[in-house]
Amino acid sequence: MPDSLENRTGAVVAFTNVKIGFDEGDVLRGVSFEVMPRETLVLLGETGTGKTLTLKLAAGLLRPNQGKIEVLGQEVSCMQEQELLTYRRQVGFVFQEGALFDSMTVAENVAYRLREDRLSEDEIESRVQESLRFVELEHTGDMLPSELSGGMRRRVSIARTLATRPPIVLYDSPTAGLDPVTAQTIITLILQLRDVFGVTAIMATHRLQDGFGLARFRFDPDSKRVVRLPENEGNAAARRENEEPATRFMVYRDGRVYFEGKPEELAESKDAYLQKFLV
Amino acid sequence: MGEVLTDAFKQLLANIQDYSLMAGRSLANLATGPRYFQDILDQMDDIGVGSLPIVLMAGFFIGAVMVLQTGSQFTRFGQTALTGDVVAIALVRELGPTLTGILVAGRSASGIASELGSMLVTEQVDAMRAMGTDPSRKLVTPRVLAGILMLPLLTALNDFIGLLGGCVASVFSLRLNAVEFWTRAINALDFADIMQGMMKPLVYGFILATVGCYKGLTVRGGTQGVGRATTQAVVVASVMIIGADLFLTKLALYLGDKIF
Repeated sequence: MPDSLENRTGAVVAFTNVKIGFDEGDVLRGVSFEVMPRETLVLLGETGTGKTLTLKLAAGLLRPNQGKIEVLGQEVSCMQEQELLTYRRQVGFVFQEGALFDSMTVAENVAYRLREDRLSEDEIESRVQESLRFVELEHTGDMLPSELSGGMRRRVSIARTLATRPPIVLYDSPTAGLDPVTAQTIITLILQLRDVFGVTAIMATHRLQDGFGLARFRFDPDSKRVVRLPENEGNAAARRENEEPATRFMVYRDGRVYFEGKPEELAESKDAYLQKFLV
Repeated sequence: MGEVLTDAFKQLLANIQDYSLMAGRSLANLATGPRYFQDILDQMDDIGVGSLPIVLMAGFFIGAVMVLQTGSQFTRFGQTALTGDVVAIALVRELGPTLTGILVAGRSASGIASELGSMLVTEQVDAMRAMGTDPSRKLVTPRVLAGILMLPLLTALNDFIGLLGGCVASVFSLRLNAVEFWTRAINALDFADIMQGMMKPLVYGFILATVGCYKGLTVRGGTQGVGRATTQAVVVASVMIIGADLFLTKLALYLGDKIF
């Protein structure tokens, strides 16, 4: 488990009445939620409801107009830019299209943060290889991002995030626009990051099946396989024994939290709006 | 109508404020770390070495054309020997720096704007910030420093090649002696001329790099916005360079009178 999560019992991420808007009007109109250590929060909502904004707020890339954001016990919403630069090193961000630096090779992309931290070249080389091996792309080190497929770019983006071992990872629609097989590969990697490295995560997505994938499966590091959790017991057992990570769903509607709860609560909901996501 | 003009004026002021803050920060960043030396070298190579062919070619032809134009007038008075003097002063004081500034603005300000604009719309700038890197230090400062350092060097080469072009034209067109041309050209210049000629490109380099960066990092509207920003960067940088030339010339003449 990453250092900054050890012995942490309170919320890792806490939004309190967060509001943000632009010239076109308010996008988030008072959002409050918490994410506990090793928990994965799956953020659902229609386009333009503020899912990506929430992630950018948590990463300190945007500042809320009102409200408080605490991450790892630090109040992000009132940090100066210089403090934010230090803070952001503890948070991994996987962008929707990967956001790889297109003038750098894959290996240079993965090594970027490590070079910024002035690690030795041997250390960088070993961490880059390890990260690329994790996403099964160790053969692509010398390639440019433009030579990779969309799915490979997302995997490199995950490797780049993993290289610094952040305790929190924010995923912005990591499977958007991918075919089902590649999407499943990405979800498996997210499962591995959670179950092998114990990261806390917020994942914004349009695809409900991605969230249920995280809720119903776990990656077994011993057998190196994805295994199914017992039906309807995954979250309950997880919280009870504090062994398995929990997955929780949150749905945005009109800039507010419309639903927050366990996967089974969402799956069994009769609410007409939520039903739209379940179809 | 009045409200529209007021809004446009406010927007203009806001843009000038943002540009000034970004430009000021790009220099202030040099005082503290981290500094990206490799990026500075890369940008010096791109702006300096990359612009060399167009600057040298344009310089040669401009020098030659100046000799043809001035020589035809001096011939009427039988004073063709003065051609070297005029071409040297015009090139070193004015044409060399300004022409180099505009040429490099056309090449590098547009390149900077399109590169940074593309990075912005593909979230690479956000990714950089998300990884704890300050884009102002990593992207803006190396380009601004490279612009400031490279423009005087390019100008010096442009001046030399311009004089060479002038010499070739004067030998073949005006039947002047090459040694006489160079002797008169060099003797016509004093320290104030050189100072004026080398002071201007420092400012021009700063202008073209900061305008390119500002236009690139404020792109709105996807790839179409990148195209628009690229065009605007060239136009704004060129106009600013010509505008700055007026004030810099006045300042240089004043300093030349007072100090030299």
